[in-house]
Amino acid sequence: MPDTTSTPVIRVHGLVSRFGAQIVHDALDMEVHPNEIFGVVGGSGAGKSVLLRTMLGLRRPDAGTVEMYGENMQHLSRTRRAALVRDYGVTFQNGALISSLTVAQNIQLPLREHYSLPEDTLTELAELNLALVGLPPAAAGKYPAQLSGGMVKRAALARALSLEPKLLFLDEPTSGLDPISAASFDELLLYLHSELRLTVVMITHDLDTLFRTCSRVGVIVDHRMTTDTLNGMLQNQDPWIHEYFHGPRARAAEEVEHG
Amino acid sequence: MNALALDRRGNGWALMLKGDWSLGAMAMIENELKMLTTPIDGALVCDWSQVAAPAIGPVWALLTRLAELNAGGFPVTHIAEPPTLDFLRKLNSERRALHDAGMAPPAEGRPAQFIGSLGRWTYDQGIEARGALDFFGRIVKVLGEAFARPGALRAPSLVRHIYETGITAIPIVSLIAFLISVIVAYLGAQQLSRFGANIFVVDLVTISVLREMGVLLTAIIVAGRSGSAFAAEIGVMQLNEETDALSAMGMNPIEILVVPRILALIIALPLLTVIADAMGLAGGGLLSLVNLHIPLPQFTSRLRESLSSTTFWAGLIKAPVFAVLIGMVGTYRGMQVRESARELGRLTTLAVVQSIFMVILADALFAVLFVQIDF
Repeated sequence: MPDTTSTPVIRVHGLVSRFGAQIVHDALDMEVHPNEIFGVVGGSGAGKSVLLRTMLGLRRPDAGTVEMYGENMQHLSRTRRAALVRDYGVTFQNGALISSLTVAQNIQLPLREHYSLPEDTLTELAELNLALVGLPPAAAGKYPAQLSGGMVKRAALARALSLEPKLLFLDEPTSGLDPISAASFDELLLYLHSELRLTVVMITHDLDTLFRTCSRVGVIVDHRMTTDTLNGMLQNQDPWIHEYFHGPRARAAEEVEHG
Repeated sequence: MNALALDRRGNGWALMLKGDWSLGAMAMIENELKMLTTPIDGALVCDWSQVAAPAIGPVWALLTRLAELNAGGFPVTHIAEPPTLDFLRKLNSERRALHDAGMAPPAEGRPAQFIGSLGRWTYDQGIEARGALDFFGRIVKVLGEAFARPGALRAPSLVRHIYETGITAIPIVSLIAFLISVIVAYLGAQQLSRFGANIFVVDLVTISVLREMGVLLTAIIVAGRSGSAFAAEIGVMQLNEETDALSAMGMNPIEILVVPRILALIIALPLLTVIADAMGLAGGGLLSLVNLHIPLPQFTSRLRESLSSTTFWAGLIKAPVFAVLIGMVGTYRGMQVRESARELGRLTTLAVVQSIFMVILADALFAVLFVQIDF
């Protein structure tokens, strides 16, 4: 269960993001507590990916602050940032596996960069991470192009887990998957979340995933974020949020979950 | 031993775990685990009470090693174990069952023997040759169809590629032809002036530029510019499944992507060669004027005397042949791209290297042929 009393893992305060005259975020606030699965939703172009890139320190906010584990991401020294990178894992929408490396080499890539470990240890760790995400041992020697969509997402998750982070960012982890693969990815996520005590921030459009996994949801509407539990969101009267959680697709997902 | 200590305890064993069990210490921990060679004959107790928050990796390594040592199947119990231990223990035993069931990746074979690798190389070359022949056949087929259906020639695409491979290459081809010709004339003049034969610089420039250098330099520049562009463009389309999309919509990728590029080169390369020839002669003329004080009228009259009827054509006739070689190699390598970004880079490089090699090889064959038939 999310722990709301201690310091948040991520605190975004008064975030402003602009592209020229176009305003994406205007005084956006967001908090992610330890050990919760936090879903970020919003319409296309609402700035979900911009928010993710800002949280990861890949983009400088035009105003406001982003803190991770209480440290301001904008005022980190290089060494502090390098250390912090070990504390979170990221998966990108299309996997972003390095196409010229095998799955095992992809998993070992951050390990080689941050630790000096001998080959057998690296092999063993690749095997461990494959086991964590439920990929067969034979997947180790395959190249990303030889994997199915679901396996790519799992391999990307294995790479994100390789440094044993406590915080995971997932960008549309189930997009492009068939319902069975998507559902098993949801189960995997819940399983890892409970076993490894991970905090997860997930951008998703998949309502089934949202209803199945997320403990709280943040919706980006009108350049700001509205945060609530799923039940709270279902009561929300904002027209966009109401449409999002009560549209035909949402009803179906909801029925599956509660039915 | 910094991370563990194994002791007798009654009839069984006790494994005391201590110190740093983070991911960074994993190499050391694995080392110590390997040094545990005592067969464990009796119940084993693992005591975690002196390890604060171990990482998953080292715990996994310990579980794997214990499974190897504890083949006799004596019970293993844990005291003050980390919260992830149960989960990992289950995962580890499932995983070993998988490996035992032969799901493990096949072990790497022995390094290939010489005969074996020679055989494999020959086989690969055979496959490659068949692929290239097949590719050539498809191109010829499209060209054959074009007689019945001129639309197959894709005029808009053809014009675009003539612009990209021809018109945009004019500045660089002109500059290089001019400079190389100046260099040849300059070095030639150094030698010839010792015999008072300055005027023969004109012959040297004319014949070398028109017969060889104009067309060869142009072909090499075009191979570098357009051969690589062809391979990269078509290669990226392969990676994005664009060529599959074309095929699925009933369009022939050879007709749409390959033939216009090759035809464009066949048209553009001779024209570029004419420009390179003109710039080369201009460079020779300029150097003769400035360095050797041969006035322009004298240069042109000497130029006319040194030309035979075939000098110009002996160069130009090679251009379409070079164009076919460059175009075919570039597009063929592009069509071969599969799966990864590295393939794209490898095949683009290969396209440039091979097309330059083929051009020079063809040029050598032409040289022998022209001498034999006295062209």
